[in-house]
Amino acid sequence: MNDVKCECGHVNPHGTVLCEACGKVLDETDNRKELLDMRYEGSARRSQTYNKTIIDKIWNFFSSVKVGVWLIIITLIASILGTILPQEMYINLPPDVYYEQEYGWFGKLYYQLGFHDLYGSWWYLLLIAMIGISLVICSLDRVVPLYKALKAQRVTRHEGFLKRQRVFGANSEAEQTDLETVKKHLQAKRYHVREENGDILAEKNRFSRWGPYVNHIGLIIFLFGGMLRFIPGFYVNEDLWVREGETALVPETNEQYYIKNNQFILEHYDKNNKTFEKALNRAGEVVKNYQSNVVLYQREGEKIPGEKPKLKKLEEYKIRVNQPLSFNGYSVFQSSFKTEFKAMTFALTNKSTNQAFGEVKVDLTNPQEKYDLGNGYSVELLNYFPDFEFDDNGEPSTKSRVPNNPAFIFRMNTPDKPKGETSFVAIRQTIEPFGNNTYKLAFKGIETKNVSGFIVRKDSSLWVFIIGGIIFMIGVIQGAYWNHRRIWVQRKNGQVWIAAHTNKNWYGLKRELEAILAGTKLTMPDDQLQRDKEVKEVV
Amino acid sequence: MAALSSNLLFVAFILYLIATLFFGGSIKEKKGLSEKKETNKWGKIAVFLTIVGFVSQLGYFITRWIAAGHAPVSNMFEFTTFFGMALVGAFIVIYFIYRTTLLGLFTMPVAILVIAYASMFPRDITPLIPALQSYWLHIHVTTAAIGEAILAISFAAGLIYLVKAIDQTKSSKRTFWLEAVMFSLVTVLGFVAVSSIFSGMGYHEKFNWVDKHDNEAVVEYTMPAIAGPHEGELLTKDGFKPFVEMPAIVNAKKLNTVIWSLIGGIILYGLIRLIIRKRISAALKPLVKNINLDFVDEISYRSVLIGFPVFTLGALIFAMIWAQMAWSRFWGWDPKEVWALITWLFYAAFMHLRLSKGWHGEKSAWLAVIGFVIIMFNLVAVNLIIAGLHSYAGS
Repeated sequence: MNDVKCECGHVNPHGTVLCEACGKVLDETDNRKELLDMRYEGSARRSQTYNKTIIDKIWNFFSSVKVGVWLIIITLIASILGTILPQEMYINLPPDVYYEQEYGWFGKLYYQLGFHDLYGSWWYLLLIAMIGISLVICSLDRVVPLYKALKAQRVTRHEGFLKRQRVFGANSEAEQTDLETVKKHLQAKRYHVREENGDILAEKNRFSRWGPYVNHIGLIIFLFGGMLRFIPGFYVNEDLWVREGETALVPETNEQYYIKNNQFILEHYDKNNKTFEKALNRAGEVVKNYQSNVVLYQREGEKIPGEKPKLKKLEEYKIRVNQPLSFNGYSVFQSSFKTEFKAMTFALTNKSTNQAFGEVKVDLTNPQEKYDLGNGYSVELLNYFPDFEFDDNGEPSTKSRVPNNPAFIFRMNTPDKPKGETSFVAIRQTIEPFGNNTYKLAFKGIETKNVSGFIVRKDSSLWVFIIGGIIFMIGVIQGAYWNHRRIWVQRKNGQVWIAAHTNKNWYGLKRELEAILAGTKLTMPDDQLQRDKEVKEVV
Repeated sequence: MAALSSNLLFVAFILYLIATLFFGGSIKEKKGLSEKKETNKWGKIAVFLTIVGFVSQLGYFITRWIAAGHAPVSNMFEFTTFFGMALVGAFIVIYFIYRTTLLGLFTMPVAILVIAYASMFPRDITPLIPALQSYWLHIHVTTAAIGEAILAISFAAGLIYLVKAIDQTKSSKRTFWLEAVMFSLVTVLGFVAVSSIFSGMGYHEKFNWVDKHDNEAVVEYTMPAIAGPHEGELLTKDGFKPFVEMPAIVNAKKLNTVIWSLIGGIILYGLIRLIIRKRISAALKPLVKNINLDFVDEISYRSVLIGFPVFTLGALIFAMIWAQMAWSRFWGWDPKEVWALITWLFYAAFMHLRLSKGWHGEKSAWLAVIGFVIIMFNLVAVNLIIAGLHSYAGS
């Protein structure tokens, strides 16, 4: 490429605005008196230099901060749309029913537009992806030339460069000792001072210039972590329900781990608690604790189909909200609970005399086929529907194996009815399919037990997010809490010229300059931007 | 302990009020309010009172923490009060960097309004639900509030900029929107006034109503019902009969409160206009005549630069760590999470616009105002209207 050689001898890459070494304006036509645009040190950015091929055009598109800002704004507005109504994952009905039922025509429209799963929609992901690309290209387009320019800068600068800095002043009267004092002050303020032919360049906190690029790297890593989730096995997220007293296999663990739920505990705040008395009177019952006392087991030896696995106890743990059980990269969280029917008790009763001939207790998860009550009385369980409903043909059937609505067909064998009587028993209803029976099974009681709802999570991508987050924070702090400051003190035309530049916080720079020039004959340079404005205000 | 705590908060509130008056005095007397001038006597007293008030409020915070057994940032009253305290704290820090009392004149009223608004919510010490029982409650919520408070300083500085920069001699879009900001602030005062009056009167009325699932329910209003509930039937004798009945999907009680706040705001604003005979922003203009525009612009930008990392850490990173522990996922697109992201995206856009498009001065000041509106929306509307997992904050 046709590189540009500056009069100071430095060879600049094609497209450079200000000579990397001396800061002279390379474009001769640009000789206005205005202040220099110091962003990226006037270095040669690819996006500002080439615009021919399709790759150039794509590069230029994504390297534009304007495009980046638009992407941010569009994402911002899209995100707002997603908070108007609850998202799909927070509703407990099928979305096609829920939105219209709860919010009428607006809800229906919201659902039809796909806003019920906005953050998982292809276009939202596309927006995020475009922000990611923009981050990469924007950063590369700027950081490389900026790095080169800052590295190539020389102490002695071109007159035009100094004059057109925002903070600039010329001094005719200056003593040799003044420069020494200034140098001492600069060093005391932790400036890195370089000297060349009696000219001074003092610089500090250059690393703060890299802050934005460091935080962009953090963000890119963070977004990359999001992509890892699409790799199978990298991310496990399963629900697990375990009844009290039961042991269940933890899903997605290669049948390695088992959890036994000993007890589920639900505690409420004590109404008589002095501290919370008033609040509890207003709010009613407030839950204090959800807890499952569990035992974690690991399978020993090889898995043999059909055989009960041999389990080794690893640990006992109380899983509570905020205190998940963690093992080997997996975490088990307390997420919910429900109460399930455990057993129902009936009494075999003569309908006319109300005399009972013994009780039958049916274990709802593991019922017996026959219950012998002695003295020739017995009850046979002919059929059992744990989650009873009438199917399309009007036949009794079961929806699931969970005893949500148990129903039974019993045969009651009694000495006076040796053939037995058949009775259909469900909650709050009894049907006698073959006419009037002499006996009935009177409902006596129901036992319940708790079922703990867990979420099993394994997130191998978590560390990527953590690293991304840390790098982002480092970058943001580096860029926000330090300022890159440079002060030039140079001899030009028999005068001492002072110019200063900072990437932000001009107020701080000026305060520092005052302290640095204190005790010398050198006068405080002007803030040319402010002076221009004041002139305008007066005019 | 709880009583002591309330008293300390009250003392802080009064001190902030007096400090504001002194900040006002410090402006009047002084000529040439730009950089590097010494603070006058009035200003020194104002800053001193502010610091004493802050310490008193810190006392409220600590004593309430002891009384409750957890950091008092777990409900709307506690969080909003803490936000007010953080605002004062952020101002004190920025004051010692830039030494301008004018910033206090604009920040303190905002902090006072925030604390007054907070006290309209139930002030009882509430127990923590299981999800909140974590030391991350203290870390996440306080850091997020401090971040938001520092960002809010940029709003105060932006407001100063706009009051000074906008020409009030003829009306324009700019004067209208700046006055709209002033009106919103007055409306918060209206809400506080109306709520205090009705609660002082002990106003109550009950309605039977039918909710959107056709269930009958009872609702208790604490202000006269202008907007009545769906198929509402007034149960209280001599109660106020609603002018309009709301459909079932609208929360009529909250809407009613909004209507009353607006009425209060309009009356107050009307009175102010009647007395001063010009726009509020025009009336404030003499106060800012000595400040240098570039200087406030820099304070505004600097506050964003200081606040943004704190906000990111508190409202996003700490939030994610806690969410991972409590809800098993660090991000779940809960409305409050999304609004924290929106706030973050907004300030990210702000900084890019400033850096590369050169949006300094007035544009930047408007952005600071919008940023504050987003923060307030997240605090008020997301808690009260868009209830999600953070809905415990709404009580």
